[in-house]
Amino acid sequence: MKVTIVDYGAGNVPSVERALERLGAESERTSSPERISKAQALLLPGVGHYAALVRALDEQNMRAPLIGAIQQGVPFLGICLGLQVLYESSEEAPQLRGLQVLSGTVCGLPSNVKLPHMGWNQVAATRHSCLLEGIESSAYFYFAHSYAVLDSNGVPAATCSHGAPFAAVVEKQNIFAVQFHPEKSGDAGAHLLRNFLRIAA
Amino acid sequence: MSLAHRIIPCLDTDGERVVKGINFVGLRDAGDPVALAARYNAEGADELVVLDIAASRDRRPTFLETIRRVAAELAIPLTAGGGIRTLEDGRAVVRAGADKITVNTAAVKRPELIFELSREFGAQAVVLAIDAKRGGNHWDVMVRGGRESASLDAIEWARTGVAAGAGEILLTSVDRDGTQSGFDVMLTAAISKAVNVPVIASGGAKSPGHFVEIFQEGAADAALAASIFHDGVQSIRTLKEFLAARGVEVRLPC
Repeated sequence: MKVTIVDYGAGNVPSVERALERLGAESERTSSPERISKAQALLLPGVGHYAALVRALDEQNMRAPLIGAIQQGVPFLGICLGLQVLYESSEEAPQLRGLQVLSGTVCGLPSNVKLPHMGWNQVAATRHSCLLEGIESSAYFYFAHSYAVLDSNGVPAATCSHGAPFAAVVEKQNIFAVQFHPEKSGDAGAHLLRNFLRIAA
Repeated sequence: MSLAHRIIPCLDTDGERVVKGINFVGLRDAGDPVALAARYNAEGADELVVLDIAASRDRRPTFLETIRRVAAELAIPLTAGGGIRTLEDGRAVVRAGADKITVNTAAVKRPELIFELSREFGAQAVVLAIDAKRGGNHWDVMVRGGRESASLDAIEWARTGVAAGAGEILLTSVDRDGTQSGFDVMLTAAISKAVNVPVIASGGAKSPGHFVEIFQEGAADAALAASIFHDGVQSIRTLKEFLAARGVEVRLPC
């Protein structure tokens, strides 16, 4: 099985590639709508501004094939902004629409704490999580974001908290997403990516 | 469940080899950046910073190659900088594998640089490095490797930089750097209180107690050190165990 990494220009694509390579997984990076339509498994990394991701998906005609593949049941993993874009919209760029495959909106984290939420934090599973299987509950993951899904209707598989609780791990059928960066989260992150590869195989 | 305090080793390089200044002068060779990066990644470092302290234009390709080789060793975030003057310089280090960019002297000269980088890469990727030196009852911003005063108040500059889009402050005490007499607690607490972004304290670390002090009294979100890690005076694993035993939340490596 080959993982198709959606390359919209995010800075963390090379790190994701290296992380998959260390696990012995085959990957290709693409911005081609055709390649996305034919993918066996999809990974959408993301970092930076929500608008940059949404605009790139639209300008390069990747929106429809991405939604199509997700709806057809292709295993999908979203990282950071790749989680946020699954929802309806984001306060970071209110005029833009997300992929809308999950209901809920992305909001700014409260400003009574230091922002961005930057560094290593723990997550609390709310139910059984396939992505977190075999990972110690005390494990830390690396976060770097100021926006998050605070009011997710579909209960997340795990939450984290920084000023307010937010969705850290989302799992719904073939849709998997994490607010943190598994490619930057040491052994715990590698374990999570390995779990996704196993689910997708 | 809350954010762990980060321990960040720093590789000061001449573009290719790791060097470390004592009070920013008298450089001596401390080793191969790739080997050190691999060691710190395995020992439980939370991030790694790589700086090009020579920052000469003609050695830039060598530094970018160093970033690429270091990034290949890491499963933790990488910050790179030194001599970042333009948006294009920033793009080059990100393309080479850095997750965050630090800016210093060039941002003092042209604060819009912070805005330009932040707009392209997001605030979480822009680290404003401030070298501060006490002058009377305030702290002066120093530039050009800590040698020259910018005639700016460090607290004011930190606020300006955050307003321009910096997502983190890397705060070095020029007075303490290289002295191994402990972090500057007063300086760090003052900056940490003045801005709403994470602050990385740097300069003066030697003993594990210095780290406890900077987290508990200096309100630092992260602490950075170089030579004590390179020389093996302090192992990151032992340091983190020491911190955990004293009630400082840290990510303990497995």
